[in-house]
Amino acid sequence: MSDVQKSKGADKKSLPLFFNISFKVIFIIVLISSVLLYFTFTFEEVPPILNRGIQPATFPKALLILIISLSLIVYYLSIKVPWNIEKKLPNSFYITLASFIIFSVVSVTLDFFLGISVLSVIVSFFWGERRIFYLFLVAIIFPIIVFIFFETILGLRFPGGIITNLYYN
Amino acid sequence: MENLSLMLAPLLSSKLMIVLIFGTLFGLILGVLPGLGPTTGGALILPFTMTLDPLSAIVLLTAIYCAGTYGGAITAVLINTPGTPAAAATCLDGYPLAQKGEAGRALGMATVSSTIGGIFSVVVLVFFAPLLAQLAYEFGQPEYFALAIFGLTMLASIGEGSPIKNLIAGAFGILISTIGKDFMTSIDRFTFGINELSEGIGFIPVVVGLFAISEMLTQSTLLDQIFNRVALKAVKLPSISDYKKTWITILRSSGIGSFIGVLPAEGGTVASLIGYSEAKRWSKNPEEFGKGSVEGIAGAEAANNAATGGAMVPTLALGIPGSATTAVILTGLIIHGVRPGPDLFREQPDFLYGIFGAMLIANVLFFIFGFFGAKIFARITLVPNKLLWPMIFAVSVCGTYSLSQSILDVWIMLFFGVIGFFMRRYGFSVVPVIIGLILGELVEGTLRQSLVIFEGDWLRFLTRPIAVTFFILSLIALIFPLLRKKKSNE
Repeated sequence: MSDVQKSKGADKKSLPLFFNISFKVIFIIVLISSVLLYFTFTFEEVPPILNRGIQPATFPKALLILIISLSLIVYYLSIKVPWNIEKKLPNSFYITLASFIIFSVVSVTLDFFLGISVLSVIVSFFWGERRIFYLFLVAIIFPIIVFIFFETILGLRFPGGIITNLYYN
Repeated sequence: MENLSLMLAPLLSSKLMIVLIFGTLFGLILGVLPGLGPTTGGALILPFTMTLDPLSAIVLLTAIYCAGTYGGAITAVLINTPGTPAAAATCLDGYPLAQKGEAGRALGMATVSSTIGGIFSVVVLVFFAPLLAQLAYEFGQPEYFALAIFGLTMLASIGEGSPIKNLIAGAFGILISTIGKDFMTSIDRFTFGINELSEGIGFIPVVVGLFAISEMLTQSTLLDQIFNRVALKAVKLPSISDYKKTWITILRSSGIGSFIGVLPAEGGTVASLIGYSEAKRWSKNPEEFGKGSVEGIAGAEAANNAATGGAMVPTLALGIPGSATTAVILTGLIIHGVRPGPDLFREQPDFLYGIFGAMLIANVLFFIFGFFGAKIFARITLVPNKLLWPMIFAVSVCGTYSLSQSILDVWIMLFFGVIGFFMRRYGFSVVPVIIGLILGELVEGTLRQSLVIFEGDWLRFLTRPIAVTFFILSLIALIFPLLRKKKSNE
C-alpha cells in the first residue's frame, strides 16, 4: 500500500520549496526525462525513403515530453494538496538496499550463489533472525536446492565462480 | 456442444489435471502470503513453464491467477491483511466477523462467493471473447492504436491512485519498450553502447523487479508490524439464511466484476471495491457493513474473482491485457509462440477452449482446497518474513537469470525493484508500467503503420469511425476522474 497520503493543508507552511518532497520527486523525474530527451536528439535519423511514418526518435521524444508535462501538473497539484509521507525509512531498508549492492559485487567477483547466500544471511539476520539453523537454512540449504532445481530440471548453466566451478568441474 | 467437449478436455488429461492441481495449490499459497500474489508468482514461475507445452503452461498460469485471487481472502479474514490487493475490501467485514468467533462462516462465504464469481466470469469469457474477437476482424492498425490508447487511459482513470500519476507510470512503461533496436528501422535507442540492450528490456526482469523486489524492500520497512491472528477451527458452508441474504449480492458483484475485468485496469482490486460499495448501497442492512456483514464479504469476493475471467476476454481476443496478471499470462502466450487475437479463435479452438475449461476447473478446485484446506493454508502466513523473503530473492534472481542466461537481466531486475519501491512510496502505481511495457510496441507499431497508411496525415485518423469512438472514450476516461475529483472537493 502506498505511503503517500494527501491531506488538505497539511505541512503547508513548515517546508520551504526545495525541501518539499513533491518538489524533490518531480525534480528527479523531470531531470532524468530531460537527460533522456537530450539523448533522443542523438539518435540516428533515417532517410525519408526508409522512414516508416515517423523518425525513430519522434515517439520517445513525445513520451518524454508527455512525462515532463504531466509531472509539472502533478507538482502544481501538490502545491494545493501537499503530499504527506507517513514515516522515515528505517535502517532495515538501507541494510536491505546495501545487501543488493553486496550481492552484485560478490556475484560478479566471487560467485553468483555465494552472492545469494551472503544477501540471504544479511537480510535474514538484520530482519531479526538469530537462530543459527534458520540462517543456515536460508543461506546454504535453500540456495543449494534452488541451484540443483534450475541446473537439473531447466538445464541451466549458471555463471562460473569459486563455488559453482567446483560443481561444474 | 463441440466447444463444451473441448472445454472438458483438461479433465480427461492426467497431465493437465496435475498441472491444474499444482497451479491451484501454488496460487493459493501465493494468495495467502501478503506481498506476493498471482502477478509476482506468475512472473516467478514463467521460466519454469518453458519445460511445458503451451497449453499446460497457460493452464498453469490461469490456475495460479484464479486460485491466487481467492487465496487473498484467507489472510484478509484471519489476520486483517489482504493477501492480495484484490482482497482489501474483504478485510472490512471478513476480519470483524472472524473476531466475533465466526471465522469459519466468513471464510465459507468468501469461498462460495469467490467460486460463483469465478465460474460466472468464465461463462462471460466463453460467450464474449469470441464475439470481441469477431469484432476485432474489423480492426486495422489505426483502430488497434486507438484501442491501445483507450486501454491506457482507462487504466489511468479507474486504476488505484492519482490518474495523472498512473498516466506518467503508463508512459514510463511505454518508454521502456522503446529501449533497443527500433523494430522498423533497426536504429538503436537508449542502448548507451550496451550490446545486450539492443534486444530491448525483457518483460520478466521488469515484472519481478517491480513486484517481488520492490515488495521485499517494502517488507523491510514493516518489520515492526504485528499481526493479530484469529483462530480458525473449520470452514463452514453458508447457512440457508446466509444464502437468502447474499444471492443477489453475489450475482450483482459477479456481473460488476466481469464487466470491470474486461476493462483494462487493475481488475480485481477495483472490482472488489465497487462490488463491496454496491453491496452496501443495495443492502437492507447497510449499518452492518464494517462490523462483520456476510453481504460485504460476498460482494467483495464475488467481484474480485469475477474479474479474472473478465480480464481474460481482451487478453485472448485482442492481445490487450485486462490486468497485471493477465499481462504475465499474455507474456506466457507470446514466449510459447501463441499469438492472441481473432486468428487464435479460428485456428486453435482446442487450445482456447482448453484454457476456458481449465479456468472453470480451477474455480472448482480452489473451492475444494479452500474449503478443506484453509486451516493449513492459514498456517503458511506463520512463515516469518525474515526467512521467506531471502528465499523469494533467490528464486527471483535465478528465475530472471534463467530466461536469457543474462546477468544483465538480474541487474535490471534489481534496478526496477528499487524504482518500484520509490514509485509506490510516492503514490505511483507500478501496474501501469507493466501494461505500458506490454502495450508499448503495439502503440508505437500501430501508430507508425497507421501514418504510413495515411501518408503522414494525422487527421485521417478522424475518418475511421471505430478509432474515433475509442479516442472519444479515452477523452471521457481522462476527463471523468478530474470532474469527479472536482465535485468531491466541492
